[in-house]
Amino acid sequence: MDYATLLQVLDSTVRLATPLLLACLAGLFSERAGIVDIGLEGKMLAAAFFSAAIAAITGSVWLGLLAGIAAALVMSGIHGLASITFRGNQLISGVAINFLASGITVLIAQDWFSQGGRTPSLMGGGRFESITLPFAEALRGVPIIGPLYYELISGHSILVYVAFLMVPLTWWILFRTRFGLRLRAVGEAPEAVDTAGVSVVGLRFAAIAICGLLTGLAGAYLATGLQAGFVREMTAGRGYIALAALIFAKWRPWYALYACLLFGLLQAVALRYQNIDLGGFIIPVQVMDALPYILTVVILAGFVGKAIPPRAGGEPYVKER
Amino acid sequence: MDKMPAWADAVLVPLISILLAAFLSALVILAIGENPVEAFKLMVDGALMRSTGWGYTLYYTTNFIFTGLCVAVAFHAKMFNIGGEGQAMIGGLGVALACLFIPFPHWSVALIVATLAAAAFGAAWAFIPAWLQAKRGSHIVITTIMFNFIAAALLNYVLVNLLRPVGAMEPATANFPAATHLPTFQDMFASEGNPLFRGSPANVTFFLAVAACVAFWVLIWRTKLGYEIRAFGHSESAARYAGISPVRITVIAMLISGGLAGMMALNTTMGEAERLVLNATEGAGFIGIAVALMGRSHPVGVFLAALLFGFLYQGGAELALWTNIPRELITVIQALVILFTGALDNMVRLPLEKLFLATRRRSS
Repeated sequence: MDYATLLQVLDSTVRLATPLLLACLAGLFSERAGIVDIGLEGKMLAAAFFSAAIAAITGSVWLGLLAGIAAALVMSGIHGLASITFRGNQLISGVAINFLASGITVLIAQDWFSQGGRTPSLMGGGRFESITLPFAEALRGVPIIGPLYYELISGHSILVYVAFLMVPLTWWILFRTRFGLRLRAVGEAPEAVDTAGVSVVGLRFAAIAICGLLTGLAGAYLATGLQAGFVREMTAGRGYIALAALIFAKWRPWYALYACLLFGLLQAVALRYQNIDLGGFIIPVQVMDALPYILTVVILAGFVGKAIPPRAGGEPYVKER
Repeated sequence: MDKMPAWADAVLVPLISILLAAFLSALVILAIGENPVEAFKLMVDGALMRSTGWGYTLYYTTNFIFTGLCVAVAFHAKMFNIGGEGQAMIGGLGVALACLFIPFPHWSVALIVATLAAAAFGAAWAFIPAWLQAKRGSHIVITTIMFNFIAAALLNYVLVNLLRPVGAMEPATANFPAATHLPTFQDMFASEGNPLFRGSPANVTFFLAVAACVAFWVLIWRTKLGYEIRAFGHSESAARYAGISPVRITVIAMLISGGLAGMMALNTTMGEAERLVLNATEGAGFIGIAVALMGRSHPVGVFLAALLFGFLYQGGAELALWTNIPRELITVIQALVILFTGALDNMVRLPLEKLFLATRRRSS
């Protein structure tokens, strides 16, 4: 493999890791506040459809982005209503959200566009254009560093840079602000937060609102950045891979970045090479598909370091009387 | 004192939840510019008014009984098995291997052996998550989700690289030999003058599913093991004090659950397709969640809920055929049922409890 090919694979790793990273950080906020979210997939899917649909109708990708975020926020609201207000089972609520998004997107797409559950292809202002960073053209001729800067670091859409900036921002919010401390506390010991006079319900709703915002960005990137339009089931299990990455990262922001890059790399390699030939020993493409899930099971089983989730995760909070 | 009489808990709460889901579904149909009453009539017409429609309805029902019981048995042990889909896929592999490589003299022998193979393969796929949950404390929901994806990749590999006949493009096995073909309802009930169930896929596995319901009831409410499963589900610490091993119950309950999911493959793979295809399960493993929630994890409830979803599936196919409403409407209804009977249970239950308390206070 030469340098140019390596850069191409890494470039597509960055593109494919972006939706994973946004969804993974979304799940991080939610789960750190004690709300288990297996509905990441559904929120992304809803956001992908509404961003593409509104972008196709209005021709403005920014309006599309807003619509996508709004759709993901509505889904988050349903999850919050079920799991915070009515203290229902968070897992079941997440499953319901995934199915709701899977069905309703195709239903509305068929009603609005009559193209078999897809949106028209987005063109021009309906998509996020790639941004060429300063000096990218000028530095292109410089050996090694030039192509690296031009191919890998420059030339992505704005949401990619937003996603990567979200990592330090998430770290700062969670570990350096009062809000972050309270948010982590509500996922570990909600009764203590309640005793301190801070609203558990309010904090948890804030957490899932952030989760909705980030899954909205993730879905919008899928439909208007990575691809040009919505097709049915276009998230293709990315929400679950993000969930896997979250466990892999043991609910920490920087590790989430590494996990998402790793899983993005696996996807990029699986996309580019069907079967990998290691000198007579062939790794089938299905192994690459399954690897994120297998790694997660291994991590969860505690064979490679223990993954300990937030203590109050999945438990509805009942105030003592 | 109970807050509500038992009948209200078992019948009234699910009924109101389903009515809410139906009402919202009707709104969805209205919103996409179709008439919900007309749509419902079409569904009833296509699914229940002709014997062929019933043949399809009962075919889907069979799938959902198995996957519903699969989720229900795990619910009794207070576990959430989302892995029915993957367990059914691997169960299908067991069926295919049995049917392809054992020369059976008669379909009845083939059915028995294939049932054992399907249950064994499905149970084996559930065993690893169960063991990891019991021994290593990894959450069963996450591991079973992961195992669904691993199962899909594994099945893909096996079909593309190992079991696909030479020269075939489609990732599927060869057709099963004729001796393993199960009698359909048409074979059993149609006569010269009375062509019932023509061309519909319902087959003898339906009776197996009904038998599984009865066996499920006996197991959960009439055996020591069932008592232990329920005790474990109600309170793990109490069960441990009573000398019930949490590891044993977790593993056994999940083995039964996976076995039931695997047996679903008998219907789709052996009964209908007569070969193993890539997407044999068609999401039935997930519908089992809705069925178990709606049926309150009781076999009678599971049977009725499976029948309802069988009707919805067949009716939804008819709708997609005759109107502009895509099949995904059923996915939306399924989501609403899971939402209202599962996650938003308290929204219906709490006002009802208040109502019953108020009437009781007035009468006393």
